[in-house]
Amino acid sequence: MKTLKLKVSEYDIKVGKILRVKQLTDMEKLFEIVLPEEENLNHLPGQFVVISMLGVGEAPFSISSSPTKLGSFELVIRNVGKLTQVLHDLKKGDEVGVRGPFGNGFPIHILEGSDLLFIAGGIGIVPLRSVINYTIDNRREFGKVTILLGCSSPKNMLFSGDFNRWSKQTDLSFECTVDRGDPDWKGNVGLITSLIPGIDLVPERTFALVVGPSVMYKYVITELLKKEIPDRQILVSLERHMKCGLGKCGHCQINHFYCCKDGPIFSYDQIKDIKESI
Amino acid sequence: MERYVVLEKKYFNDFISEIAKKQKVVAPVAKGYHQYAFEEVTSGDQISLNYIPTILPPKKYFMPQNEIIATYDVSKGQNMKRVVEYEEMVLFGVHTCDLAGIQCLNIAFSENPKDINYNIRKNKIIIIGYECNNYCDEYASCGLMQNHLPKGGYDLFFTNLENGKFIIHMHTLVGEKLIKKSAFIKKASEADMQSLNDLRERKRKIFEKNEVPIEYEKIPELFDKVYDSKIWDELGKKCLACGNCTNVCPTCYCFDIIDESNLDLKTGYRYRKWDSCQNEDFAKVAGGENFRPERAARQRHRYFRKFRYPIDRFSRFFCTGCGRCSRACMANINLKETLTQLVKEQGMENPNAGYRG
Repeated sequence: MKTLKLKVSEYDIKVGKILRVKQLTDMEKLFEIVLPEEENLNHLPGQFVVISMLGVGEAPFSISSSPTKLGSFELVIRNVGKLTQVLHDLKKGDEVGVRGPFGNGFPIHILEGSDLLFIAGGIGIVPLRSVINYTIDNRREFGKVTILLGCSSPKNMLFSGDFNRWSKQTDLSFECTVDRGDPDWKGNVGLITSLIPGIDLVPERTFALVVGPSVMYKYVITELLKKEIPDRQILVSLERHMKCGLGKCGHCQINHFYCCKDGPIFSYDQIKDIKESI
Repeated sequence: MERYVVLEKKYFNDFISEIAKKQKVVAPVAKGYHQYAFEEVTSGDQISLNYIPTILPPKKYFMPQNEIIATYDVSKGQNMKRVVEYEEMVLFGVHTCDLAGIQCLNIAFSENPKDINYNIRKNKIIIIGYECNNYCDEYASCGLMQNHLPKGGYDLFFTNLENGKFIIHMHTLVGEKLIKKSAFIKKASEADMQSLNDLRERKRKIFEKNEVPIEYEKIPELFDKVYDSKIWDELGKKCLACGNCTNVCPTCYCFDIIDESNLDLKTGYRYRKWDSCQNEDFAKVAGGENFRPERAARQRHRYFRKFRYPIDRFSRFFCTGCGRCSRACMANINLKETLTQLVKEQGMENPNAGYRG
């Protein structure tokens, strides 16, 4: 067996340096990462990167910052396994390997000119924040913007800074609900689906962008269909076990789709007959 | 113009030795009762010409079970050196089913984004095909999958004639160069060509009827109807989720990427390793959710990845008809039986379905 060095490889990593780590909740930390020479990641909202720690392994993470934020990008990482534990132990100045961005991302130019209804459940706000902040930074390109956010409890809220800003912004409407309140909570209590019937929208010019845990999709989509939003204007981001990010290794397949390459963003008309999808 | 030469069988051992002196030759070797494996050989008498599909397909040379893709030294930061492992070799004796398997892998790894490691390695291997004059055993369905006759994918192709000679189709310049200077190689005569035609005519009769009562072109239509079939539940009850079927499949290419540290805990390597959609945690995500928890769904996924999904993506089936999955299954899940059951369930049976090449 001979070994040859490769100049290029799909598995190559860029060295990302951690600029900032912020503890968001007990389980989640936000990492701001900068690539060599502050190269832009050049991603689309809704895409993901594969983060690697040599000797530990690789895993995919949604990009949480908007591409309008230049020079660095943000990830929110929940501590659930071996790699994420190692990542949670990292400090400012430490290095990680970065591969990507991968996936199709939200079709932002198709969305231009339309009204946008963002629906995030739990950790689904992590990728959705990327496209929400993109929309805010390009606000005049879009119609009416509505953000609905559902969360298990107030202490699990991920981006209180962003939420404060969004709720004060007059050019969008922001509503939030929690499954269980606490004594200080003054907002809505109930499931995310309870917020949808009250929304005033024009279905033919509205795109709904929905990201949340897999159990949420069926119920949210049912509510959106009641509002007569066309199937192809309901966009979801599906979670699967992405490994290679290149449409090869097979782990993320949803019937014939490769979630890492054909997705993770799918319109409801693409997946409504795909039995493994939601 | 098609170019044919012949090699007298009495010179076969010397012919192989001649090549093996210059480079590595791998070929099918007997490994005990009804088991064969591709292994390095130095002479023709080590080769089992009359072999049934090897335990592992030649996939193991194109996509090794463990393949280092990078090396690292973390004391120098999160930098890695990208590498490709390869070996120059002559792969002798590849049946038409396995040639089709290699073609499937070529397509999957050439699709954008192209896999550089695979493509470098494949170009270092000279492929010599070898024709089956008859069925290998009852597990094969190469007739149904139309892989019983050569359809390219080789540099040279050997057919064992009944006149004491091998006739060799020289398909590429690389193949021609390999044997051109050999003293054992002679021009093919009219009689040799006739002998090849006669053999193919006899083969036509042997492989006339499909092994499963359905037309080749109706298979995708069959699979469009059977997603919710109870037959998958039956397979799920039998399946042991061991992954034998996917490991021995010439077209299964799913993999995992794993880091292995050396004992100094600083240096190490990142490698690709065969993985199987039949393993329970294959589709499990970090949060614990498993998107294909039942064995029935995993078996169905395997069949759909052979007979339905690649039709849309690559315009071809990813089953070659080699029969390895059925031979290797410890629970006796049999591909031909499963297909026959699905065909009958849908009332699509055509007992006369056959190859019309």
